[in-house]
Order: sequence, then C-alpha cells, then structure tokens
Amino acid sequence: MFVSFWNKLSINQKLAITAWLFLAVPIVFYVCIRFYPTFEAFYVSTLKWNLLGAKKYIGLRNYEKIFADEDFWLVLLNTFKYAGLGVPISLFIAFCVAYFLNEITRWHDFIRALYFIPFLTTAVAMAWVWKWFYQPLPIGYFNFFLNYLGIAQQPFLKSVTQGLYAIMAPAVWAGLGFQVVIFIAGIRAIPRSYYEAAEIDGAGRWQILREITLPSLKPTVIFLTVVSTIGFLRIFDQVYSMTTNGDGGPLNTTKPIVLMIYEFAFDEFKIGRASALTVILFVILLVISMFQLWLMRKKP
Amino acid sequence: MNRYIKKPIVALAAGIVALSASLASAVEIEYWQYTYGSRVKAIDALIETFEAANPGITVKHTNFPYADYRKKVAIAVSAGDGPDVVQLYYGWLNDYRDSGLLQPLSKEAFPHASIESDFFPMVSTMKVDGDYWGLPTAVRALALFYNKDLFAAAGLSGAPETLDEMVEYAKKLTKKDSGGNYEVVGYATDGGAGQEHHFMREVLTRLYGGAPYSDDGTKVTYNDAAGAKALKYLTDFQMTHKTGASGFMNRGQDAFKAGKAGMVLDGSFRINTFKKVEELNFGIAELPGHEGNRYNFASYWINGISSKAEGEKLAAANKFLQHITSDAAMQLWLDTVGELPAKPAIALTDENQAHPYFGPFIRGLGYATATAFKSEKPQRQAIIDAIDMVTLQGVSPSDALNKVAKDEQEVLDEYYDN
Repeated sequence: MFVSFWNKLSINQKLAITAWLFLAVPIVFYVCIRFYPTFEAFYVSTLKWNLLGAKKYIGLRNYEKIFADEDFWLVLLNTFKYAGLGVPISLFIAFCVAYFLNEITRWHDFIRALYFIPFLTTAVAMAWVWKWFYQPLPIGYFNFFLNYLGIAQQPFLKSVTQGLYAIMAPAVWAGLGFQVVIFIAGIRAIPRSYYEAAEIDGAGRWQILREITLPSLKPTVIFLTVVSTIGFLRIFDQVYSMTTNGDGGPLNTTKPIVLMIYEFAFDEFKIGRASALTVILFVILLVISMFQLWLMRKKP
Repeated sequence: MNRYIKKPIVALAAGIVALSASLASAVEIEYWQYTYGSRVKAIDALIETFEAANPGITVKHTNFPYADYRKKVAIAVSAGDGPDVVQLYYGWLNDYRDSGLLQPLSKEAFPHASIESDFFPMVSTMKVDGDYWGLPTAVRALALFYNKDLFAAAGLSGAPETLDEMVEYAKKLTKKDSGGNYEVVGYATDGGAGQEHHFMREVLTRLYGGAPYSDDGTKVTYNDAAGAKALKYLTDFQMTHKTGASGFMNRGQDAFKAGKAGMVLDGSFRINTFKKVEELNFGIAELPGHEGNRYNFASYWINGISSKAEGEKLAAANKFLQHITSDAAMQLWLDTVGELPAKPAIALTDENQAHPYFGPFIRGLGYATATAFKSEKPQRQAIIDAIDMVTLQGVSPSDALNKVAKDEQEVLDEYYDN
C-alpha cells in the first residue's frame, strides 16, 4: 500500500517528504529539549516549588520577591557591565587583530590558529589558570610582574572594584579567536575593486579604513555584537570557577544573572524563583536581540 | 499474532521469570557520598563487612565530586533514581527534608531513647517534627593547627591559650619582604570561607558573651556588641595586626601545607591531609579561650534514607544504616578518616583523649555546639559577606553585622513560614 502511494507522488512531492523526514529529527529534538522546557519555565515561574514537594501557585510573588531584592539589581548591573564593556572591548581588539593579521601573509595561518586556541579551550580550565595568575605573591604571575616593576600588589579577584574586570579579561580573551576569524572572513569578502578604485582616487590608508572597510563590515559587526552580547549576558563558567566557592563574590560584585539563577535552583532549591529569573533574562535577551536585528535591517 | 513476534515474547517472559526467581533473595541498595579518598576507603571497608554479615544484600557505592554532590542527589532522587542510603552534611537536612528527598528513620530500627542516650547531644538537631532524619557515623570539631618549626624559629613554645595570645603569636610569626608582601602569615585567614565562619559564629561570638541565635533558633542575635567585638577580632588579623590576608597561597590550608602559615583553624578531617606532607612539622591545640571560657563548633555528616527506598530495599537500607553507625564503624572511621566517633562512649576513651592529634578535637567536643542551619549556603554567605564588608569596604563591624543579620533573618523567616 505504502509503495503504491509513494509511486504515485511526483518527484517534487517525494523530495519534500524526504526533506521533512530528515528535518523532523531536529525539530522533534528541539521541541522536546529546548522549546517545551522554555515555555514550561513561564509556568514554573508562578509556582513555589522545591523540585520534589507539592507545587503551589503563587502568581507573580516570585517576581515581586526578585524585584524587591537589592542583590538582584546589583547582579543585573554586573551582567550589563560584563556585556556593555566586554562586547566593545573584545570587538575592538578582535578588529585590530584581524585587520593587521590580514595585512601579513607570513605565518598568517599560524598566528590565526594561536588566536583561535583559547576559543577551543574549556572555559573552566582556562578560568582556573587565570585564577592562579591573579593570586597574590608568592604565587600569582601578575603580582609577580607588578612587584618586579616596583608597583604594589593588586588584590584582583579579592577586590570589590577589580574583581569583575579580572573575570571579564579571560572571557574577552576566550572569545577573541572566534571574532578574529569572522572579521578576517568579513574583510576578505569586501570586493578588491573598491580598494583599487579608492587607491586610484588617491585615498589614504586611514580614509580607506574609515570609508570602505568599516562600513562594509557593518553586517559582520552586527552579527558579532549580537552573538557576543548574548554570550556575555549569559556569562557563568568564568565567574563560578574564579570566585571563592563559586559565589560570585566578594559581596556579589562579580555575580552575573545566570549564577544567581543557578544558586536559586541548585543551592536553595527554589525552582520557581529560579524560573522567574530565567524568564527575566529571556526577556532581556529578546529585547536586546530584537533591537540589534532592527539595526541590521538597514542596508549599509 | 505473528509468529516472529510471539516466539520472542514467550522466550522473554520465561527469561524474566527465571531471572527474578534467582534474584528473589538478592537485594541491591545504593549508597552515595562525595568523593574524598579516606571516606571512600572507609565505606568500602564497611560494605565488605556488611555484605559478609548479610548474605543476599549487596551495596553499590557511588561517589561524586563534592562540587556536584548536592544537585546530583536532588536531581537523581526526584527522578526516582539514585541512592537508598545517602550521606549529607547536617546543615543541609532542612533543604533535603523540605524537598522530600529523605524519609524519617523508623522508630523500630532506630529507637529514639537509644539515639538520645548513645550519641552526642548535638545529634538532637537531626530530630525534626518528632522524627530523626539521619544519624552520623562521625562528628568533627575545630582545633588550631600550628607549625612547630615556625613557632620554634619565632621563639614560641606551645600553642596560644587565649585570644590575646593568638594575636601576639600571629604577629611574631608573620614575615614580610622588603616590599611589605607576606612571606609567612602568622594566622592564615580565609575571610570566612572554609571553617572560619563557624569560628566566628559559634566560637568568637560566644567567647565575647553573645550568642549567634535565639534559643529557639528563630532569630539572628549576633548583631550586638558581642558580635561586633568578635567580628573586629577576626578581621583585625588582616586590617590592624596585618598578620595575614585572605587569599594568600589560595586558601589557609594551602598556605599551612606549604609551611607558609604559623597557624590555621581547621577540622579533624584535615589531619590526614597535613600528615601526608612530610616536611610539615605540625601540632594541634584546642581553640584559644577567652576570660576562662572555651567554645567550639561541631559538625557532622549524617546518613539518611532516601524517599525512594521501599519494601525490602528499605529493610536492607535500615540494616546498612545500623551497620555504618555501629560502634565498630565509628572506630574504623576514626582510624581511616580521622573524624571523631559520634558516641561519647567510643570517643571519650582515655586513649583517644590523650592522642596528640585527636585529643584536642575530642576535648573540644565537650564544649562544642552545632549550628542548626536552615539553609547552609546563604547562612554561610552572610558571615563571609560581613567579613568582606569590613575588610574590603571599610564598613564598621557593627554595621556589617546589622546588614547581614537582616539577610540571614530572611532565610530563617522563610523557613519558619513553611
């Protein structure tokens, strides 16, 4: 029966069915593993639930508690600091590296690979190495160099003012490889003829960079901004690995929103409140992504 | 029915019947704890003697790194999987109990009268709503570890007896280079992490005449003059006396292990860690007292029965729990892990009390209290935050305590709200 049905179909219908058959696998997977839990989180966020006991509907109480918690506002500010500073800094460095790397041909591949290695390294392993770099004397490299130069030791991770930046540095470094590779691809995709025309017109290096390279890279920049903004807003591994007991300290000054979610869920078993915070993060990510996509909508 | 389906089904059914008949007398229960070399060894030894004494019951021993332990247990049990008998920190009891991960111990297998007469009184914290929820094999107390070589070099003999002596000794032991950087810290502080928050809460606060919580455990009371004195004492090591900084050599115990710290506070479980370092010549003393008083903090890991165990597994779990909290198990635990027996009759023998390493801890048990944690992590964080406020932000000790007492009170209120 099936065979006769199949034989009656046109080539196009057969192609469509085959395509959907293959697509069904990831669709089912995503619906079950990603989308269903995502929507479930909205429901759980209205519950008081400790993972095992009875679920109690409490309306928006979880949200009220979160907004009334001054730690939440500090954590939100931290999260925006990670993204607001981490994204421009990493894009600027990545562009500079990509720009100059593109100029050289000797060892180009080797250097590019060097930049890419941190991206492949486990964040936790890297965070631990950096944690040791930041140690006070007699262990830490950074303080060893500062001391060698006659500069006073710095507390780095043990400071309420330096901690966040000390954690941001390895996060920027880790993402650099990916950004450099995308930038190089972007730069290479710009038609040579633009540059040739500009050179004939007598444009200088700086002018070419400003008038041709940067505007042509706009889609690349926006893509990287979206991707790395989301990445920084979700920062977790580095903070969890580099702070004492993974507490986002000292005094919550390095704690990002994801770590707070984790603590609610798995240290205090407040699944409802953790879900509420997840929904808040979801909304933030959604708004920021939509805004960035709206920027991209305009053609360069 | 198609014969290709029918035949295998019949064969399968026959197989299942045969298999279950042969397994009828065999029960397997699972035991979970976190990975710590000597604890794993001790439990393996106890399982061996248990299985020999109880043919037909096997115990599967699983252990996880400490960092993942709590959530693995929570997730596994809530999925109907995981351990029948589980080890947990006594301070987590309420979290576990509220989450329905544990079942109360049966009164027949564990009569309350004998628990209350045999175990140290601090075990009573495990009685909630008229039921016991777990029993310890061992208890721990705090003591002062000191580096004998550094003491001798500084002209000191024997450990400090009082809080004031401890400061004086710490100053003599501290060494700095020309740039003012620490080479050796007199007292290795952890800024409240590790065991130090217990020292602040249960020892210093009481030594200065205060109490960390109200008698019924519903109110935070360390935010008074006594608490402020205690916090000032602890933070002055970093701020005023400059005899050490949190983070030096990573953790206090690491600094001590490397021979770069004169004194450090820790539990009896650290004895074996330090004993492994050959170059380290260390002594152990009771925690310093103040104005003739001494206090100590006791803590323990309990073994509970998870809500998943039923029927013959529950019966086997009860037997196993009896076995690992027996007198023989406690002596084995002391010898293997270095944690102190949970029953005075076994702990307080003359031989144990005179032991150069265990002695100070066991004597400390006599005047120790165990904090009745409602939710250990945020309560620990409160003390760490108070210390950070004083050392990093220059907040006064009393303001810092007022702030964190408010945070911790919320944790208590939330618990009693339920």
